[in-house]
Amino acid sequence: MDAVSIDGLSKDYGSLKALSEVSLTIAEGAFFALLGPNGAGKSTLINILAGLTRATSGRAAVLGCDVRRQWRKARHQLGVVPQELAYDPFFTVREMLTLQSGYFGLGKENRPWLNELIVALDLEDKIDTTMNHLSGGMKRRVLVAQALVHRPPVVILDEPTAGVDVALRAQLWSFIRGLNAKGHTIILTTHYLEEAESMCEKIAILDRGRLVALAPKDELLSRYSWRQLRLQLMPESTVVLPDVLEAKRQAAPQGELLLRLHREHDHIGEVLAALEQTGVKFSDLRIHEPGLTEVYTEVTEANNHA
Amino acid sequence: MPNFYGLYILFAREVWRFLKVSIQTILTPVITVLLYLLIFSSVISSSREMLPGVNYLTFLVPGLMVMAMLQNAFANSSSSLFQARMNGNVIFILLAPISDFEFYLAFVGAAVARGLLVGIGVWLASCYFAVVPLSHPLFALLLVFFCCGSLGALGLVSAIIADKWDHISAFQNFVIVPFSFLSGVFFSISDLPTFWQRASHFNPFFYLVDGFRFTCLGVSEVSVLTSICVGAVFFVLSSFWALCLLRRGYNLRS
Repeated sequence: MDAVSIDGLSKDYGSLKALSEVSLTIAEGAFFALLGPNGAGKSTLINILAGLTRATSGRAAVLGCDVRRQWRKARHQLGVVPQELAYDPFFTVREMLTLQSGYFGLGKENRPWLNELIVALDLEDKIDTTMNHLSGGMKRRVLVAQALVHRPPVVILDEPTAGVDVALRAQLWSFIRGLNAKGHTIILTTHYLEEAESMCEKIAILDRGRLVALAPKDELLSRYSWRQLRLQLMPESTVVLPDVLEAKRQAAPQGELLLRLHREHDHIGEVLAALEQTGVKFSDLRIHEPGLTEVYTEVTEANNHA
Repeated sequence: MPNFYGLYILFAREVWRFLKVSIQTILTPVITVLLYLLIFSSVISSSREMLPGVNYLTFLVPGLMVMAMLQNAFANSSSSLFQARMNGNVIFILLAPISDFEFYLAFVGAAVARGLLVGIGVWLASCYFAVVPLSHPLFALLLVFFCCGSLGALGLVSAIIADKWDHISAFQNFVIVPFSFLSGVFFSISDLPTFWQRASHFNPFFYLVDGFRFTCLGVSEVSVLTSICVGAVFFVLSSFWALCLLRRGYNLRS
């Protein structure tokens, strides 16, 4: 069974199409990235899954439970870490977690799991502190704990590391990787593309409400056709390139030569031989293979021109 | 399958919240009523007969109890939900498997609980000035329920509709307070000019005050059954309004 299945989902706010006929599935146990620029429709999609927004048309289900018709079951299956640092100023961390667990119908029997979460997220020292006295990073950890109080098999993290320092970010990712290893499906939205690239197996890119890419990470990366060859030139080297190479030249700092090469048509060996023939002498070279950033930029720019 | 435990926990959360700030939510309204009693007992002769066999202070206490209950029931649900909306923490309730009706029950139930506690506090404190009996406790409970339940539901309505604290304050100061002051808390409506006497019969708070006064003193200006019926209709209508907004997800779910 798919962890999430979305079929023809649309959401209109008057004349604004926040989501337009989006269909996708996310396999159980996957680590899935949902990417896109601001206003692309990521939060709308998450909110529909979480029952915070009602779709104009289409359907969405979490582990087979329709988010409208079987909303109670669907919400039991889903944990959401919201983007905003929302908190209840009246209660301590322990009270918040106990209340949140209670909303899901779980009482004292759930205490061992809450204690486990408190330890895993390093919240022991702050357990009796009211939320408004916590730092931003601590509040973020509490949000993660709150999303997990009912052991949801599917976890959505909406920008979980926004405004979080490097150490806490590493800690959070380690915890989330652990959850995924235990079988939880993780759906991540982030603007830190390198994080998505390093962790997620499958990636969807939304832009202006439309699904513009959906593929396993490696397949998506292989779609990008270009890589860069950067040469550190010797001081005495002259750079008079033949027309075919001059066309591939890109702006570079003085003392460097930067060429944009097609991954299939431009063979590095042939390019280097051609450079040698023209008298280009270099002391070092680097090849920059495309990452998610390049793919993301190309896909969203192509959609803007469509 | 209803989420009874989730409903109970949300209700408990709401009660816990107002108990954590009980100086503001319980003690302050009791002190305010005590000040009313102190002032009125000083400037108005307590031997003045307001209803047959009822002196002014004895007449005043049930009215002040109802006024304090309805204002605090409104304040409880409106401030709690609106603050949760402004802070964004309402999301934790909306993400949980809690239905609109369970949401309504928890918030209105907590408003009734706060109203009841304030009412008991006012009654206990007012014993220093006048010991008011409770002649018809079951009718009293029913009216207290309608009174606090209606205002709890209206508190939800205002918290959902409002976009800023100013709107909540406007609802409280331009609707709840004038209607409660003009409901016969401080005077008998038979003392009013004919126009205002007739106008008072369109004020649901008048029936709640008058009916509750009957349940204490056994005398009233209109039949207690009329008061109970008006209270019930007021409760049903305000609840219906709150439930419609919750069902639509107005300002809560887009």
